[in-house]
Amino acid sequence: MKRLEKKHPLAIRWFHWLNFPLLMVMIWSGLLIYWANPVYRVGLGTHTLFKMALPELRWEKLGVAFRLAEGLSLHFFFMWFFAINGVLYVLYTLISGEWRYLVPTRRSFVEAIQVTLHDLHLRKEAPPERKFNGAQQIAYTAIILAGLGSLLTGLAIYKPVQFAWLTFLFGGYQMARWFHFWLTIGYVVFFVIHVAQVIKTGWNNFRAMVIGVELREVSND
Amino acid sequence: MIDEEKQQVAGSELEVGKAETDAGPEIELAFPTSDQRPATSDSELALPTSDQRPATSDSELALPTSDLRRATSDSDDEAAIQRELRRLSRRGFITLGAGALATAGAWKWLHTRPKIDGVEWPLRRGFQVNEKVAETYFRTSRLTRTFAQSSITNARINGGLGLGPNYDASTWRLQISGGEKPVTLTMDDIRRLPKTTMITELRCIEGWSIVVKWAGARLSDLMSEIPPPNRDGSRGNVRFPSKLVRYVGMETPDRGYYVGLDMESAIHPQTLLAYEMNDRPLTWQHGAPLGLAIPVKYGVKNIKRIASIRYSDVRPADFWAEQGYDWYLGH
Repeated sequence: MKRLEKKHPLAIRWFHWLNFPLLMVMIWSGLLIYWANPVYRVGLGTHTLFKMALPELRWEKLGVAFRLAEGLSLHFFFMWFFAINGVLYVLYTLISGEWRYLVPTRRSFVEAIQVTLHDLHLRKEAPPERKFNGAQQIAYTAIILAGLGSLLTGLAIYKPVQFAWLTFLFGGYQMARWFHFWLTIGYVVFFVIHVAQVIKTGWNNFRAMVIGVELREVSND
Repeated sequence: MIDEEKQQVAGSELEVGKAETDAGPEIELAFPTSDQRPATSDSELALPTSDQRPATSDSELALPTSDLRRATSDSDDEAAIQRELRRLSRRGFITLGAGALATAGAWKWLHTRPKIDGVEWPLRRGFQVNEKVAETYFRTSRLTRTFAQSSITNARINGGLGLGPNYDASTWRLQISGGEKPVTLTMDDIRRLPKTTMITELRCIEGWSIVVKWAGARLSDLMSEIPPPNRDGSRGNVRFPSKLVRYVGMETPDRGYYVGLDMESAIHPQTLLAYEMNDRPLTWQHGAPLGLAIPVKYGVKNIKRIASIRYSDVRPADFWAEQGYDWYLGH
C-alpha cells in the first residue's frame, strides 16, 4: 500500500527555493562582471581547448556587454542574501539533525559509483531506498562546500587588503579570482545535472521539494 | 503526476502480507484524477486525523479520513491519501507560484527605481551599506601585500581620462585646499618629503591586476605638514584621523578626472603621491608628474596627473561613482 512520508522539512524547502533565484542573480551579475576581463580558458599548458569567452560581438548580442557597474551593484547587493540564506541552511541542518541524511558516510563513495553506473544504464540494481543516496550525499555536501568556497574566495577578492591573509591562503588575488570563477562553473554543471536528475526521477520526487511529502510504497509488517 | 502514481500502484501488486483486504488492483481505479474530481471544499481540511485510523497509524502524517465511511480498507486510505496529497500540493504550489511572482515583481521593481548616479537607488543604498561595514572593519595598520622586484609585471596603459594633450608639465603645481589656508606646491616640495618605495598590486575593477613598483611621497606625510581640519573646525592631526573631516578629493588639471577618498584610505601608509614607476620617472601616460598610488582601492582611484587636493567633510565627486560604480571601492 501507499502512504505519504515526510521528506523535506519546511525550512529546507524555503532555503532551497530562495537559493535558486539568489544563485541565479549571483551567476548572472558575475557574468556581467566577468565580461570586463574574460581571461579563463580550458586547456593544457599552452594548448587551449577553448576560451571561457565569446567574441566581442556575441557578448553584445547577448546583452551582457558594458554592464560591469550594474553587475557589481547586483553582486554586492545580493551577496548578503545569498550568504545569509546559505549560512541559515547549514545551521538548520546542523541543529535539526538533517545533516545526518546529507553528509556522506564511508559507504557513500562506493554507492555513488554504483548510482552513477545505474544512471548510465551500466548497472542494473537501483540506488538504495534512502532519503539521499551516496551520490546525492556527496553532491549536496560538495555544493555546500563550494558555497563556502565562493564566500571565502569572494571575500578574498572583494577585500584583498583587509583580508590579506585569506587572499594569501588562496594563493594570491588572481588565484582567488580563478577559484571564484571555476566554483561558479561548478554550480552551473551541478545545476544542469541536478535538473536532469530531478526530471528523470519524476514528479513525486520533485513535488516533495515543494510540498514536503512523498508518496511511498510501503509493505505492512 | 498521475502516471507516476499509477506506476507505483502497479508496483504494489508485488507486495505481500498486507493486513487488510488486498485492494491493490482496485486502487488504481479508485484514483480520481484531479480533472475528474468535483471542486474540493474547504471542509476537507477540517476532517478528523489519523488517530482514528488503524491501518496507517504508523504514518508520519496526520491524514484526514473519510467522514462518512470508516477508513478500514486500503482504498479508503488511498482516497484519503490522495485528498491529503492534493491539499498539500495546492498549498505548496500556490506558495511556490506566489513566491515566483513576488520574486519577478521585486526584480522588476528594483529595475524601475529612480537611479542615483547611474544605479537604481536600492543598489546605491547597498553600496553605501557595504561601505559602512567596510569602514567599520578597515584598519590603516593592515597593509597590502608587497612583492619582490622579480614579480613586477608589464605596466599597462589604461585610461587617458583627464590627460588632455599639449600639457606643459613645467607649469604643474599642486593646489591643496580645505586646510587652514590654500597651499600651492611644486614638484620640488613633493620631492623634499621622505621618499617611499613599494612594490604592490594594482587591481583593476575589471578583474585584472598588475604588480608595479612605485616611488613617491606618502600622502600622509604631506598631510602631516599641511593638515586637514578637524570636523569641529580646529587644526587637525593625521595621527587622530577619527576627528578629521572625512574626505579627500583630487582632480586633474582639466578636471576631466576626479576621485573621492575616505580619510582613512588617504592616510594609509601605502597611499603614495608617486613620481616614479618601475624605477623610472612617471611617463605622461601614467600620470606625470604626480599620480596617486593607492593599493587599498581599485585601480580607478589611482588618479593620474593630480593638480588639486581638497580636504572636505562633504563627500567629493568621483568620476566613476557618477557612472553607476561604488564610490568607496575599497580593498
